[in-house]
Amino acid sequence: MDNALRELYQEVILDHSRHPRHYGAMEGASHKADGYNPLCGDRVTIYLKLGDDGRVADIAFEGKGCAISQASASMMTDLLKGRTREDAEKLMEGFLHLVKGEDAPGLSDDDRETLEVMGGISEFPMRVKCATLAWHTYKNAVEEGAT
Amino acid sequence: MTAQTTIKPAFDAEAARAQFPILSRTVYGKPLVYLDSGASAQKPAVVLDAMRDFAQTDYSNVHRGVHFLSAAATDAYEAARRTVQKFLNAAREDEIVFTKGGTEAINLVAYSYLMPTIQPGDEIVLSVMEHHSNIVPWHFLRERCGAVLRWVDVDDDGSLDVAALDAAIGPKTKLVAITHMSNVLGTVTPLKDIVARAHAKGVPVLADGCQGAVHEIVDVQALDIDFYCLTGHKLYGPTGIGALYARRAHLKGMRPFNGGGEMIREVSRDRITYADPPARFEAGTPPIIEAAGLGVALEWLVGLDRAAVAAHEHDLIAYARQQVSQFNWLKVIGDAPGKGAILSFEADGMHAHDLATILDREGVAVRAGHHCAQVLMERFDVASTTRASFALYNNRADVDALVAGLAKAREVLHG
Repeated sequence: MDNALRELYQEVILDHSRHPRHYGAMEGASHKADGYNPLCGDRVTIYLKLGDDGRVADIAFEGKGCAISQASASMMTDLLKGRTREDAEKLMEGFLHLVKGEDAPGLSDDDRETLEVMGGISEFPMRVKCATLAWHTYKNAVEEGAT
Repeated sequence: MTAQTTIKPAFDAEAARAQFPILSRTVYGKPLVYLDSGASAQKPAVVLDAMRDFAQTDYSNVHRGVHFLSAAATDAYEAARRTVQKFLNAAREDEIVFTKGGTEAINLVAYSYLMPTIQPGDEIVLSVMEHHSNIVPWHFLRERCGAVLRWVDVDDDGSLDVAALDAAIGPKTKLVAITHMSNVLGTVTPLKDIVARAHAKGVPVLADGCQGAVHEIVDVQALDIDFYCLTGHKLYGPTGIGALYARRAHLKGMRPFNGGGEMIREVSRDRITYADPPARFEAGTPPIIEAAGLGVALEWLVGLDRAAVAAHEHDLIAYARQQVSQFNWLKVIGDAPGKGAILSFEADGMHAHDLATILDREGVAVRAGHHCAQVLMERFDVASTTRASFALYNNRADVDALVAGLAKAREVLHG
């Protein structure tokens, strides 16, 4: 199989897409947003509980779409839970660089290692939007999604 | 002198394929297997060459100047109109309006023919398998004029329910807008029967022929149809050019769509009169080189034995249908009898975009998504499908590559 494909559909990603973490509607979410990519029909809904300390106390998602969009959402929920909003912003910025094949200087080594799993998408420019949908929806939930 | 019969050479699919330069390229080091002709067809060298030659020797603006090149360009542009006329067997050349594509042709009918007279509660009958280009213009009339859209269902195999369509045509129906061939299901609709039923109730019919004109032989007089829309780029011609066939009687009564040069008779400070059709609907400088290219594409297409082309395409879809039946995880959507060469399917546990990405790396270009047919996706309760659409230049080896790619996708995504 070609390496780019193997990189894209590596086991970690397929596992997240088959067994998504933090999946399902959340009762009592403080913030919520729907993301939709009309080009391919990918859908994702992000639910958040933002704590008084500015941290992502809890996060969940629901969605329907390709393996990349769903795996990315699942990985994101794993990463963001417990983070401060500022930290989450930095992660998102780093992620957006990685999926375009660019350097992401602001990331810690651990975060980089986790996020680099999605880096293979940079070889597939038509699919980058699948990977970023959940992150943009998270941002939208924080900024405009107060319930 | 004895009557002459034009003898066309038997259709040679491999010879036809060799006329498309792009098909000899590779992608990701693999031979290109182009199965997205339903979105846009590739162009034969004869079309590409003719467009360049025209631009290099005879190009100028049309209908304007008195100089040599203006006359030459006008001749080429109007010759292309006559080619479209012949292609559709329209009675008159002024029944052909050049548009920028099928979408603009349908919008033109919505705006110029129907909108001026439609009343709140008036109905437009359309099928659930329409492309958005044959839905959204009618939604405009719903939103802006209070028109009611009456939807006609398809059977589970994708066949149009003609009796249901007939039943949907009532005293308030102002138009039936129906595809000639579904871009997702491949279903070919019985236009002649539909027109007869609609006309029996005094209702005109518009056909979206963007797919149908490519694969079926169209005779607008035999169909007795009111409006027929086509686009150039699916007919092996260039983008940016399409055509509306409309009966002379309809065109004469239609108001202009775009205003500008070319479409007027006389303009003064407080008064304006409009040119006769088709110029009335061709404001501004038209896509001249593209029109010439479309003319050449259609001449090329009708120069082939189209019955043999259709037989070749039917062989491909039958072969593809049979080959994919080995995958018990794959469900074909659209199995109507006599359907055209389009294979849409859903794969269990594999999203269309993942499939299309993996196929792409094998050199196989397919379409994934809702295909601008969300009403149909809802009808079949699917978010998206993968679609392989065939053209006259495809062959059984292309089908084999698709099938091998599908097996590989299964392996990548399911291990």
